[in-house]
Amino acid sequence: MRELDASVISENVAQMCQDANIYLGEEEYEALKRSLEEEESPTGKEVLKQLIENVEIARNEQIPICQDTGFSVFFVQWGQEVHLTGGTLEEAINEGVRRGYTEGYLRKSIVDDPLYNRKNTGDNTPAVIYTDLVPGDKVKISFAPKGGGSENMSAVKMLKPSDGEAGLIDFVVNHVKAAGPNPCPPIVVGVGIGGTFDRVAVSAKKALFRPLGQPNPDPKFAELEKTLLEKINDLGVGPQGFGGRTFALAVHIETFPSHIASMAAAVNINCHASRHLEKVL
Amino acid sequence: MEPKRIKAPLTDEVVMSLKAGDNVLIDGVIYTARDAAHKKLVELMDKGEELPIDLTGQFIYYVGPTPAKPGQAIGSAGPTTSGRMDAYTPKMLAKGMKACIGKGLRSQAVKDALQEYKGLYLAAVGGAGALLSKRIKKSEVVAYPELGAEAIHRLEVEDFPATVINDAYGNDLYAEGAKKYAR
Repeated sequence: MRELDASVISENVAQMCQDANIYLGEEEYEALKRSLEEEESPTGKEVLKQLIENVEIARNEQIPICQDTGFSVFFVQWGQEVHLTGGTLEEAINEGVRRGYTEGYLRKSIVDDPLYNRKNTGDNTPAVIYTDLVPGDKVKISFAPKGGGSENMSAVKMLKPSDGEAGLIDFVVNHVKAAGPNPCPPIVVGVGIGGTFDRVAVSAKKALFRPLGQPNPDPKFAELEKTLLEKINDLGVGPQGFGGRTFALAVHIETFPSHIASMAAAVNINCHASRHLEKVL
Repeated sequence: MEPKRIKAPLTDEVVMSLKAGDNVLIDGVIYTARDAAHKKLVELMDKGEELPIDLTGQFIYYVGPTPAKPGQAIGSAGPTTSGRMDAYTPKMLAKGMKACIGKGLRSQAVKDALQEYKGLYLAAVGGAGALLSKRIKKSEVVAYPELGAEAIHRLEVEDFPATVINDAYGNDLYAEGAKKYAR
């Protein structure tokens, strides 16, 4: 049995919180540059130029890409042969978030009581943590700071199996159309299909952690990702909603088996600052 | 399409010279306010009390920056979603505010009030917080320090880029822009 101390998790999480908020991934950066070449609208081009410059300033001067440094969301794949010492996983991750957000001058955006007091917790905790037990002796931590503006433009719908592909396409396209400029386009669209009401939302979130533009391994769903991306960009909403050809950079679909009576669907949107990082310990 | 240079605070003449879709670069002094500060300002208005800042001709920027590191004027400082301020905006305009900067859709009531009071709604590029922070040269809290990132700040800006979304003539770039590029 391999032993891993909670302090190692905290240290790594603190660093990941800072790095993810300052350094945009290479895939996301390249996608912005590609869309600048392809964009037809002059105003859209101007927006994309600012976004590319923004990524470079953030990287060169260690300034957060966006002032909304997000809700801290973690997916942890915990190898069953690893024994955690010196604390619980939840405490270890929250301690890392606390340190990362404080030492990194990141904005603390979490309030304790969602309805009445709404008092800031002061250190961006608690994080949202999903844990899967997997074979092996490694621990994989995936982190995304999830901005509020794009998260607010998300939805779950319990479609009927008879709604089929057309119904799914209608739901996703109409939903992002209504979101329009609010989630800071160009957006990344995470789509969950199948499972229960709660599971489908997790699928949509997980889809946002996939390397940008990497297609679903199932060719049918890879094709559907392409169709959705085309239809979404054909809305003409464009960068920041000012009009143009680049409303979305990618559509990622994650699926889960479904109940015979259901076809759950979920949309979780990320802004162009599609920040995520992973680390294997 | 060269951006137009404008000075803050604004005059009616400048407001009326701008149209939805115009890119501008703003120089001068602007103020920040988000949800909590708006709520406090409008409560004072409703009670007929004096506001901590004079809104006449002013820009209000919807922003909650990251904490400034030592040596920085301000941290990352991009716009937040404007729709959350819709309930307060007509009253802010009635009290003299001339323009607000944020991102995202506004209600019909806000668009109507922009026409009635000769005002502008502009968007800065959402998520360009690092770039926009470089255009803010000075930042100081002028009201509600207890609100932290949500306190009202007085900002001195240079070449601050924004795009007119809703003008004083009822035009709406979000509606017109998408129509032009839809297929």
